[in-house]
Amino acid sequence: MGISIEVNVNGEKRHSEVDARLLLVHYLRDTLGLTGTHVGCDTSNCGACTVLVDGKAVKSCTMLAVQANGAEVKTIEGMAENGELHPLQSSFKEAHGLQCGFCTPGMIMTAANLLERNSNPSEEEIRHALEGNFCRCTGYHNIVKAIQLAAQQLT
Amino acid sequence: MIPSSFAYHKPSTVDEAIQMLQDAGEDAKLLAGGHSLIPAMKLRMNSPSALIDLRGISGLRYIRQEGNAIAIGAASTHHDIIDSNLVQSHLAMMVQAGSQIGDIQVRNMGTIGGSIAHADPAADWPACLIAADASIEMKGPNGTRTVAAEDFFLGLYYTALEEGEIITEVKIPIPAPGTKSSYVKFHQPASRFAIVGCAVMMKSSGGTCQSIRVGFTGVSDMAFRDTDLEDAIRGKELSAANVEAASQVAAAGKDILGDHFASTDYRLHLARVFAARAIHAAS
Ligand SMILES: Cc1cc2nc3c(=O)[nH]c(=O)nc-3n(C[C@H](O)[C@H](O)[C@H](O)COP(=O)(O)OP(=O)(O)OC[C@H]3O[C@@H](n4cnc5c(N)ncnc54)[C@H](O)[C@@H]3O)c2cc1C
Ligand code: FES
Ligand code: FES
Repeated sequence: MGISIEVNVNGEKRHSEVDARLLLVHYLRDTLGLTGTHVGCDTSNCGACTVLVDGKAVKSCTMLAVQANGAEVKTIEGMAENGELHPLQSSFKEAHGLQCGFCTPGMIMTAANLLERNSNPSEEEIRHALEGNFCRCTGYHNIVKAIQLAAQQLT
Repeated sequence: MIPSSFAYHKPSTVDEAIQMLQDAGEDAKLLAGGHSLIPAMKLRMNSPSALIDLRGISGLRYIRQEGNAIAIGAASTHHDIIDSNLVQSHLAMMVQAGSQIGDIQVRNMGTIGGSIAHADPAADWPACLIAADASIEMKGPNGTRTVAAEDFFLGLYYTALEEGEIITEVKIPIPAPGTKSSYVKFHQPASRFAIVGCAVMMKSSGGTCQSIRVGFTGVSDMAFRDTDLEDAIRGKELSAANVEAASQVAAAGKDILGDHFASTDYRLHLARVFAARAIHAAS
């Protein structure tokens, strides 16, 4: 036990001593108190736990905290800047892209990775990109619309 | 769900990793993307005493041309591969297969070396590597050796990899001009793994099949090359009737898997249908 790691989380350097078996999602939620990242299935399927690790969407329930040593991690808490919602956040609100909101942080982080790779995705490309993110409420339709809206605002 | 405790090591070279694997004892395991291993550890189906994390070895993550082949470092992620210009311009089937592995998050972490070492009978890369006549390079305490992809997969989660060895590279010959490849897949609806996946690498001229290699995944307890199917279409005109007739021998004589997603009969039917589709797509 007690492996020393340094992770840049939402722009802030965090030093911690962690157990090798600590999952990244528990590091974020329990050690750092960043509870915006959710645990849904805990079996690598639902994507509720998605965060960006060095800019790439990753299911944080399927990564060890020690694997993030030296990396930059971005969670939903790091999306807004200077008190202003990120366009993905405001368009989920605008386009009614959420109901209970449980899946939303993961959806937004995956969408951020998609828009970084493809600034003008088609509906089909958005739906393909969300294959690893489950929503039990919305039927996905407004989530797709919200991502399209954010894509327009970001370009 | 939390894995049981283990020691964690992070080597920066392959040789260091080989040494650590030896020193850490027989319950030690290599960790690449972790997307097969960590879920299994969380379910306590796997409880290694130590993990040796390959992600710190920069020399295992590359995709480059070497002579007449494309060399892919074992720690290259699925995303690295489908995003590579070199792969895109020569190996359509690798792009088609890679972009159907799991989802964005899985492709960002999972690696080709981890996938073939794990040898899930429903994994996508094995069929492609067999059809592409790839070779797999491994390094261990006794040096380096290379095994052809079609001889690498030996059974359910079982490969030619020996204790103490690390897969370092996958090498794929650049197909001759006029060669086309394709990968088609029938997804398991929840996991996205292949119920049946068929990879075809084919050279045709004037609508006739000159040479062909076919790899299947999902159908049996390991990925395999289907030489009966290759023989049935080679030299023939690629008409709908000929392809349909040839596809009837797909997976002949294999032990076909059956489960609650697809019975043995249905899987065999799918193998035939997807063989025909893959051949047409590579025509
Ligand atoms: C939700 C989900 C969906 C998925 N869907 C698909 C799919 O549709 N198709 C598909 O093909 N796969 C799928 N996968 C599996 C995924 O592709 C894995 O990433 C892959 O099988 C294992 O690669 P890894 O790098 O994550 O390996 P790890 O999990 O780190 O390791 C797997 C095994 O390989 C060994 N190993 C790793 N690297 C090496 C090496 N270089 N040399 C020797 N041994 C090594 C490890 O010790 C371990 O035993 C899915 C996974 C998840 C979680
Ligand atoms: S909680 Fe991580 S994928 Fe569902
Ligand atoms: S809004 Fe409830 S799960 Fe998506």
